[in-house]
Amino acid sequence: MNKTITGAMILICLLAALTGCAKGEPENSLTVFNYGLYIDESVLSQFEDETGIRIKYEEAPTPEELYTKYKSGAIKYDVLCTSEYMLQRLINEGELKEIDFSDMQNVSDIGEEYWEFTRSFDPENKYVMPYFWGTVGLLYDKTKVHGDISSWDVIFNGEYAGDFIMPNSMRDAYATALKYLGYSLNTTDEGELREAQELLLSQKKDVSAYLVDEARDEVIAGNAAMAVVYSGEAYYAYEENHDFAYCLPEEGTNLWIDCWGVTRHCENVENAKKFLDFLCREDIAWANYEEVKYASPVKSVMARMSEEGLASDAINPSPEKLAKCEVFIQLPEETTDLLSSLWKELKAQ
Amino acid sequence: MVDRFKNFICRSYIAVIMFFLYAPILVLIVSSFNASRSRVIWGGFTLRWYVDVFSSRSIMEALYTTLAIAFLSSLIATLIGVTGAIGISAMRLRNYKIVMAFTNIPMLNADIVTGISLMLWFVKFMPLGFSSILLSHVTFNIPYIILSVMPKLQTLNVSIYEAAMDLGANRVYAFFRIVLPELTEGIIAGFIMAFTISMDDFVVTYFTKGAGVNTLSTMIYGELRKGIRPELYALSTLIFAAALIVLIIVNIFTERKPEKSSGRL
Repeated sequence: MNKTITGAMILICLLAALTGCAKGEPENSLTVFNYGLYIDESVLSQFEDETGIRIKYEEAPTPEELYTKYKSGAIKYDVLCTSEYMLQRLINEGELKEIDFSDMQNVSDIGEEYWEFTRSFDPENKYVMPYFWGTVGLLYDKTKVHGDISSWDVIFNGEYAGDFIMPNSMRDAYATALKYLGYSLNTTDEGELREAQELLLSQKKDVSAYLVDEARDEVIAGNAAMAVVYSGEAYYAYEENHDFAYCLPEEGTNLWIDCWGVTRHCENVENAKKFLDFLCREDIAWANYEEVKYASPVKSVMARMSEEGLASDAINPSPEKLAKCEVFIQLPEETTDLLSSLWKELKAQ
Repeated sequence: MVDRFKNFICRSYIAVIMFFLYAPILVLIVSSFNASRSRVIWGGFTLRWYVDVFSSRSIMEALYTTLAIAFLSSLIATLIGVTGAIGISAMRLRNYKIVMAFTNIPMLNADIVTGISLMLWFVKFMPLGFSSILLSHVTFNIPYIILSVMPKLQTLNVSIYEAAMDLGANRVYAFFRIVLPELTEGIIAGFIMAFTISMDDFVVTYFTKGAGVNTLSTMIYGELRKGIRPELYALSTLIFAAALIVLIIVNIFTERKPEKSSGRL
């Protein structure tokens, strides 16, 4: 008999604990949505200690995944960080709130040129705050190449046939070809896109693989002489072994910029602004840079950076080269459809 | 000669299977001692990740959530499952078949369907969080408990229960002293199965979790783009080692059992 009573007691306690969990929502909290490993974790606890605002931190691996999770509406995210084309989509759909950056003291430390970049999709600079940025270029193994690597030419002229990796993502792949041909990577001209397609088709026999994230490791492991990668990945490889170098092709390339935005679900905008401002504070921005190793738009971070970092095209490209780079903008539907069918055709061959 | 050849084939077959099963785990264990963050460069031997893993707040929270969910969900599922199984086994054949069919649905259903439907259900009634994960894990754990207890119930001799009552035991006493001990093996097997399935689960957890709550599987998934932290290799190695030790202990324990019972005879 005693055992039934204890059993019943355990059950009641468990149920009580359950409902307790559901009700014990702390009021002063901020739900943050970011890419995985895209922040120094200790920064989050520091923010909690300093402000008393509890952070609920969520991660997603890709912009598409982040968008789907956000749109499902199961969790009301307050602030999120994602890539420029996804932010553009969110802005168009009315998902982001306008933010008044003028009274945020640390935000003013973000260089003017980065606000310029984001103006391509946020013309009045009222929705998003730059966080990390970089380019798409060539990571190569110095011991395996001859001569200077300075142009997209090396992946199109057959010189390194079978020894380089192309990106397995549609827009990045076409961007290399379009830039090599001297066109805009946001072109909507069918002729230009078909010309790029011809180039990629003729290049395909030389491509050792189409990869995304594994590309870096393949080069580090010595399975390929070069790969098209994000600049941050290239700096990581360089830190592993100084034989690796990054080339920002002279024809120009894609410049990507990940930014923070405040969603329309955010009820306590002051908390969100505190968080964004906190991310731009000198010590915090530096800690995040040290962890993520992508180029930071915060001036104080650039000022503290080592000679090595400053000399690298991966972290600090020269303004002349940057002038030829473009930010992706969302393409009109017919262009996206055309591009998708060209991409399928290319991959199916 | 033929026998030896046959033997050789058998052994190599086993060896190949073992290789495919354990080689990836071996790679993981080796990587956990690698000083370099890269997956492909050997940077020397280190125990650093084993120290770091315990100081990472997010990893420790995810580990705690994973274990708490696994333990609580299998415990609750066991309570519900065992009482349910006893009730079902007492039903008439037609009802028995119908109820068993319904019980099996969460098990046969694709995880993604279970996950999304639970999510849609939860968002209407409660905030997503720890409790929503726990409830969904209880949901998909119950069938496993019922499935492993049911065969024990069917081989159970009802006469001994009746004999206990004849000898003056009341229903509750007879249940705890006679029926439950007979079911123990099935209950433990079901509990362990539920525990491991809950620990493994990614899809259902991914859809039903709330903001800021992570299990190990959902946390690792979020990190895939930039590559997994080496601390997680260390943690996975520790979990693998723990499972191995438990398995060894269980094996030693069950090997001794027949000796004991033969001694009693």
